[in-house]
Parts: sequence; C-alpha cells; structure tokens
Amino acid sequence: MKIKRDWIWGWTLIAPALALIFLFTHIPALMTLWGSLFSTPRGRKPSHFVGLANYERLIQDPTFWKVLGNNAIYALGTIPVSMALALAMALLVNRPFKGRALARMAYFTPTVLPLIAVANIWLFFYTPGFGLIDQVLGLFGAGQSNFLGNAGTALPAIMVVAIWKEAGFFMIFYLAALQAIPPQLAEAAKIEGAGAWTIFRRITLPLLMPTTLFVSINAVINAFRLVDHIFILTGGGPDNASSLLLYYIYETSFRFWDTAYGATLSVVLLALMCLLAIGQFFLFDRKVHYK
Amino acid sequence: MSGGAISLQGISKSWGETQALDGIDIEVPAGSFTALLGPSGCGKSTLLRIVSGLEEASGGQVMIAGQDVTQRPADKRNLSMVFQSYALFPHLSVAENITFGLRTRRVPKAERAERLTKVAALLGLSDYLSRKPGQLSGGQQQRVALGRAVISERPVCLMDEPLSNLDAKLRHAMRVELRALQQSLGFTMLYVTHDQVEAITMADQVVLMNAGRVEQVADPKTLYERPETTFAARFIGTPPMQILPATALGEIGARAEAATGRALQFGIRPEALFENREGPFEMVVTGGEYLGADALVSGRIGGSEALMRVPGRALPGPGAGLRLGLAPGDLHFFDARTGRRVTPPSGFAPFP
Repeated sequence: MKIKRDWIWGWTLIAPALALIFLFTHIPALMTLWGSLFSTPRGRKPSHFVGLANYERLIQDPTFWKVLGNNAIYALGTIPVSMALALAMALLVNRPFKGRALARMAYFTPTVLPLIAVANIWLFFYTPGFGLIDQVLGLFGAGQSNFLGNAGTALPAIMVVAIWKEAGFFMIFYLAALQAIPPQLAEAAKIEGAGAWTIFRRITLPLLMPTTLFVSINAVINAFRLVDHIFILTGGGPDNASSLLLYYIYETSFRFWDTAYGATLSVVLLALMCLLAIGQFFLFDRKVHYK
Repeated sequence: MSGGAISLQGISKSWGETQALDGIDIEVPAGSFTALLGPSGCGKSTLLRIVSGLEEASGGQVMIAGQDVTQRPADKRNLSMVFQSYALFPHLSVAENITFGLRTRRVPKAERAERLTKVAALLGLSDYLSRKPGQLSGGQQQRVALGRAVISERPVCLMDEPLSNLDAKLRHAMRVELRALQQSLGFTMLYVTHDQVEAITMADQVVLMNAGRVEQVADPKTLYERPETTFAARFIGTPPMQILPATALGEIGARAEAATGRALQFGIRPEALFENREGPFEMVVTGGEYLGADALVSGRIGGSEALMRVPGRALPGPGAGLRLGLAPGDLHFFDARTGRRVTPPSGFAPFP
C-alpha cells in the first residue's frame, strides 16, 4: 500500500515538468517526423500520405546539399577557432594584471548582446564604402570591398561574426575550469623541471578536458542552431552561398510554406545533431578525466 | 645520495605594508632534519617557498650546497618538495605521477622504470602503480607525493605540513617512516609544521618562528628544557609551560627579582610539579581533566591559574589544598619586560 502511494506521489511531482517537456519538445518532434511522411496541403488539395517521397526529394535537392556543405564548413571553421580563442583568452585573463576585471568584461560583452544586435554591429563593419573595415582599409589605399555580397566571402564573413560572438561565451567556461585547478599542481610541476609549455600540455590541458567536451558539444549545437545573424547580414545569399541548414528550413517552411518538406529537413537536422553529440561523447570519453 | 646544506642570510619578505619575514638567518646543516615550527601566519610556509624558488624574497640570500641560488628558478635549485595538499596530478596514474620529474628531465625510459620499481617498493606502492590518485586513501596519496620527491634523488627536500591531512594514527606512523626515510637516504630535510609534536619527535634542529622572526633555534631537547623566550616556553609542551607573574610566587619571586635585579616572570612545566609536604608552593585545586595515562589538575598558585600533571589514578577533588615541590632547575626565569630567558647568578638557590 505504502509503496503504491509513493509511486503516485513521484509521478504527481514530476508531472508538470513532464507535461511541459512533452508538450513543447517531444510531441512537436514526433509530429515533425509524422509530418515529413505527408505532402504539403495546397489550396484545395489536402495533405496525403506520401511515405518517403519527401526524403527522396531531399536527396535530389542541390540546395539541401549546398546548405549542408555550407554548414559543415561553418562548423569546422567556427568551432575550433572560437574554442582555441576562448582558451587563449581564459589563460590570459586568469593571470593577475591591472585591469583584469575590465578585460574579462570586454571579452564577455559579445555574449551578452543578442545575436541580432551583434549582426547589426557587424553590418556596419562590413558596409561597402563607409563601413569600418573599408574605412580602415581605405587608409592603406585599398578600394571598396563587399564581403557580404560576394559568393566567395559571404560565408567566411558570417563565420567571423559567429566566432566573435561565441569565443567570449566559451571563455567563461574555460576560465571557471582554470580557476578550479589548484595552483599547487603547476608549482609541483615547476619544481620537477616542467616549463610553461609542458605544464600547459601535460597538466592544464588534460584537466580542462571535461570542459572542452562540454564546450565542443555546445559549439556544435550552436553551429546548427544560431542563424539569427544571417537574417540581418546576407539573407542566405548570394545564391545560397551563406545559407545554413536551419536558415534553409526557415525559408522552406515559412517563406515558401512547404511545411512537409520543412518537416523533412528538420528531421534530418535533428538526427544529425543527435549523431554528432553522441559521437563526441564516444570520441572524447577515453581522454576525459572526471574528478 | 647525500644532503646539501642550506644557508639563509637576512631573508625578508614584504607585501606592500605587510612585513611577512624580517631578517631571517638560518643554517641547516647538510643531511640534517630541520623543522620550521610556528603558529599559523608566522611566515614559515613563505620562508619554505622562498627556499624552493616559488616565491621571491624581498631581500637576503639563499645558499644551497654552498651556491648562491637566490636568483635561480625553482627547477634549477636541485631540490624536491612535498606540498600540504600533495599536489598530485589527478589525471595521471601513480607511476606517471612519481616519474613526472624524470620524464620532464628526459631520463631514459629504462632508468625511469628501474628507479620507479625501487621507490615503489620502498614506499609500499608497488600494487597501486596503475591507479589514479583519486582511487587512493589519504595515506597512500601521501606516499605517492613522497615518492615523487624521493625518486629525483635530490640532496635537499622541502616539505610543507605534509602530514596535516592525515588522521592521528596514520600521522604517527608516517612520522616514524618519514624520519627513517630521511635518515636512510641522507638528504637534507627542511620541514614546515605548526605541530610541535612533529617537530620535537622528528627534527635534529627546530627553528621556532613567530611573527616573521626566528624565536629560537635549538635541538628539541634544548628547546624543551631551556626555552629562550616566553613565546618558546608557551609554544612547546602539551600542555605548554605556564608563565606565572612574580607576585604569584610571593617571597620566592621577590628574592629572585632582587638577585637578578629586574622584574621577572616564572616558567613552570605542569609535569615538573609534584606533591611534597615540604614544597615551596601551595595550590588550591579548582578542577581536573582525566587523560587516561595521567591527569591534569588545574588550580591556583598565589592567585594565578596553574596546571599540574599527576598520575591518572590520583586525581584530587576540587577545593583541596596541595603542597607542591619543584626541582630548583625546573623554575625558569624570564625578563618580565622583554620575555627573554634570564640566568640567575651562579650559586643562587630559588627556594630557601
């Protein structure tokens, strides 16, 4: 009797949280999966079951492969650079110097700003002719540039914004992790003849591995999740040169109102992110030392 | 391996306005076990870090094995160090922790393995070499830290309160072991502790520090039997020596002050007092503390609080009046103003 009542109590207590997570996460995910098996209703033609037809279309869609490729370049370009930058900044502001608090704040500021605001700032930097970059380059006699309007430079220009925005955020995690490493470890290593580089490579870096795993998973998720700046800067153009998977999903679903195909793309994105996150756990597992 | 002497000359250290160390001169003979003893905040750990090279002195010279190393970095001073927190690398195995220094100094692999086997056997760590520090008990972690220091075969070893994280029983065992290790390997040991028992039981020489200065340098026996200052007297012994004002000893106090020509305080160890019907002191018992093997009787001598150590079976009740005796040599004289030891004129008998 007693055990049975505990069981009811437990479910009652987690019910509100469960209801929310099912309502806003799991059910929509399942509905998306379900929706990807139907056609998009158009005018009088109601939606009907099409099986895997949407997925066949996806495989043959050059734009899908284009944005997927863009996203891969975007992830491979932004994640390592922003993480390395974050670690470097954390190491820098972890040692005592005058104005350290100010430097920390300066590094963290981009994180506090909404991505839309960040994009607006960078829009000003990139503006051809009188943007900050052109004004500085103009001092050296360079002509006008159009980073955002050029198919070759639009994606790199977007990546720079993402790195600028993300590095400060990751720095906070690295800084916290660095401060959790007892300074005696470095001192003991120093007495044993280890130089700054050996200490970093053999002690600091291994002890930061749990943070690196955490940050890298977040970075991968963000590389697929954050597309706000594309709306402001390029709108995915020119010719999808700077479009990413999620931006393409938005365009398909809410600009072209091809909701079934949008659902199909969403399912692929979801599967991809699950795979990447799980993959990272396995990849890092042996190298991560947890306390 | 033989030890190298350490010589500190006029070491001082200040952080802004705070003077942590002030003109420290210490000679640590080669191969000796020297304890830096003092209450927390007296500067003993700072001094050790200055010897190690992890901290820079504001002034003075550090000599190790006859060489001036004041300007040298920590790894060029040819010493090893054990930290209070052990400072083991949590992601490395016991074997990797112990051989860390050999690897950074590019000792060949075969020699590393050979030395590791020897040290592990010496410290009883052979079965734990592949474990991580987190999987070891506090005592075992302590041994790994010792192993890391010992394997380098340096002539000087510095230790910063290495036993303070162990429980009382283990601490006792490790005291014996540390001393034996130091004697068999013959290195010079500079050992920081706030625990007088550790200093007294292990050291050849104790450097007692107080507020950034050296209070007394002596072997443990001398430190116990002839404390040079009231601070030393109050620091050594469990319970420590009690310092009584001259007024508490009445006529005896007045005679001693007249003979030495200055205001005095008197030091008496609780264990030096004994019951004696013809004794010079009268103590009124106010309480007692039973300790097992013996007991502490608290009471008043001439209005001042005093303690006496008695065999555990003979604990007198409160209110009793006891007549106490004391060997003349067990009454210590200190200058009331400076706190320094005063030697009475030869032939002076404190008790008439």
